[in-house]
Amino acid sequence: MPNVMIRKNDAGALLFYVAKKDMEETIASVEMDTAETWGGEVELTDGSRWYIDPISPPPAFPTTLRFKRGDE
Amino acid sequence: MTALTREETQALIQEVLEVYPDKAKKDRAKHLAVNDQSIEQSKKCITSNRKSLPGVMTVRGCAYAGSKGVVWGPIKDMVHISHGPVGCGQYSRAGRRNYYVGHTGVNTFGTMNFTSDFQEKDIVFGGDKKLAKLIDEIEQLFPLVKGISVQSECPIGLIGDDIEAVSKKKAKELEKPIVPVRCEGFRGVSQSLGHHIANDAIRDWVIGNRDGDESFATTPYDVAVIGDYNIGGDAWASRILLEEMGLRVVAQWSGDGTLSEMELTPKVKLNLIHCYRSMNYISRFMEEKYGVPWMEYNFFGPTKIAESLRKIAAFFDETIQANAEKVIAKYEAEYQAIVAKYRPRLEGKRVMLYVGGLRPRHVIGAYEDLGMEVVGTGYEFAHNDDYDRTIKEMGNATLLYDDVTGYEFEEFVKKVKPDLIGSGIKEKYIFQKMGVPFRQMHSWDYSGPYHGYDGFAIFARDMDMTINNPCWKSMQAPWQKPAEGEAEKIAASA
Repeated sequence: MPNVMIRKNDAGALLFYVAKKDMEETIASVEMDTAETWGGEVELTDGSRWYIDPISPPPAFPTTLRFKRGDE
Repeated sequence: MTALTREETQALIQEVLEVYPDKAKKDRAKHLAVNDQSIEQSKKCITSNRKSLPGVMTVRGCAYAGSKGVVWGPIKDMVHISHGPVGCGQYSRAGRRNYYVGHTGVNTFGTMNFTSDFQEKDIVFGGDKKLAKLIDEIEQLFPLVKGISVQSECPIGLIGDDIEAVSKKKAKELEKPIVPVRCEGFRGVSQSLGHHIANDAIRDWVIGNRDGDESFATTPYDVAVIGDYNIGGDAWASRILLEEMGLRVVAQWSGDGTLSEMELTPKVKLNLIHCYRSMNYISRFMEEKYGVPWMEYNFFGPTKIAESLRKIAAFFDETIQANAEKVIAKYEAEYQAIVAKYRPRLEGKRVMLYVGGLRPRHVIGAYEDLGMEVVGTGYEFAHNDDYDRTIKEMGNATLLYDDVTGYEFEEFVKKVKPDLIGSGIKEKYIFQKMGVPFRQMHSWDYSGPYHGYDGFAIFARDMDMTINNPCWKSMQAPWQKPAEGEAEKIAASA
């Protein structure tokens, strides 16, 4: 369950940054991304999948959240 | 020699790897790559930030070097205690030439060495009492000290001293920040983790000190220069450009920086990062907690400076944007004269770099402004995000080498035959003895600054006087040269 910092890049896409792993990836898709909730399955551009319980209301980015690996 | 093709470069890497045993070969192969600009993510072509192999020559440093030497060391009005045996502090003392203004020993302490000088009994019985005594002595001898950081050396972690407890107790007594930094040398694979640990210590012990204190008058044009260590005066050469643009530089991290500047940084409007590798952590934190955006910039060479100044100005209003153009125009005649003077002497020369932090990619623009070409580059302690940024800067089919070993570097140089190598002091004399012009690019070979327009002039001059130095024509001993006119004499006598 790594701590992940989510921030927006210059183009407005969400970046998924794990400091411990030194990993920075762009988020390809988020399961729930509406005005009320944000979260669920998150897929990154490198194909890996992560999970977070949907948060409502959606958090303000940048923020640090705890994710689970999608296959756990 | 013309540029190598992709296949030739690949063959060169294979040839160099040939001498290693199978296991080492497999490992080292991952760290050497041919640059391909079409690749988006560096992890597909190069592996970085891995433990160096035992038995090969690496030039990496340790976590203590990353924390005390790089991040904390230049903060001038704090005392940085090298907590542990005396050597670590003494041999790294003032070597990085982080210039600062102040009276050393009175209100600034940059070039001094403070150490707890561990002896056998401190290892056996613990050094906490000694640390407490040391802090008291510092306070007594240097009453103007603004804060103290405790930079752990290896034994502190091994014997399990509680430096946090001592620091907390003493900080309360002295009413000054005392920052314990757990940067024992054995942590991590290189100095890179030391940067991270130092950033985390700043986050935990410094950044929040002025939360809720609104007494500092801010302006809409406040910026902080982050990751500029003022080597040979670099930060000053950068700072004047920003100030001419109408921005107010609130803090310099950490070259010529002070503790209060660091505490005020969360109140700025924009963080400007020069060395991404060593300070991106704290910038990310400030973005998350205080909503301060950050951007990377590059002040090496006029092309990149103009690009960066415009990019910085885009964060602010039109007056700043107009000022940026004015600054660029103001220095135009100056830098064009430099290019006109040195470009003919340096045109087409080929450079190989092997440095740390930001330089393997940042200085490429400066060399290109002088008509030179960087044919190989590599980092001591980079992570994948550094290589992501490097791939786009480097030409196709050029060499990339991560944590290159002494042997590999020498072989590459023998084959690629560059006209100049930019690396550190440990490589310098090997390559000079091989007859290759060399610049020490960690501390600018005791020259500098190299940042900004002023720095570019010095950079160009230094490159010229290194490459075109007459000594390179005298590499052969006189008695080994064919004597002048000897051939004609023989011909005439016959």
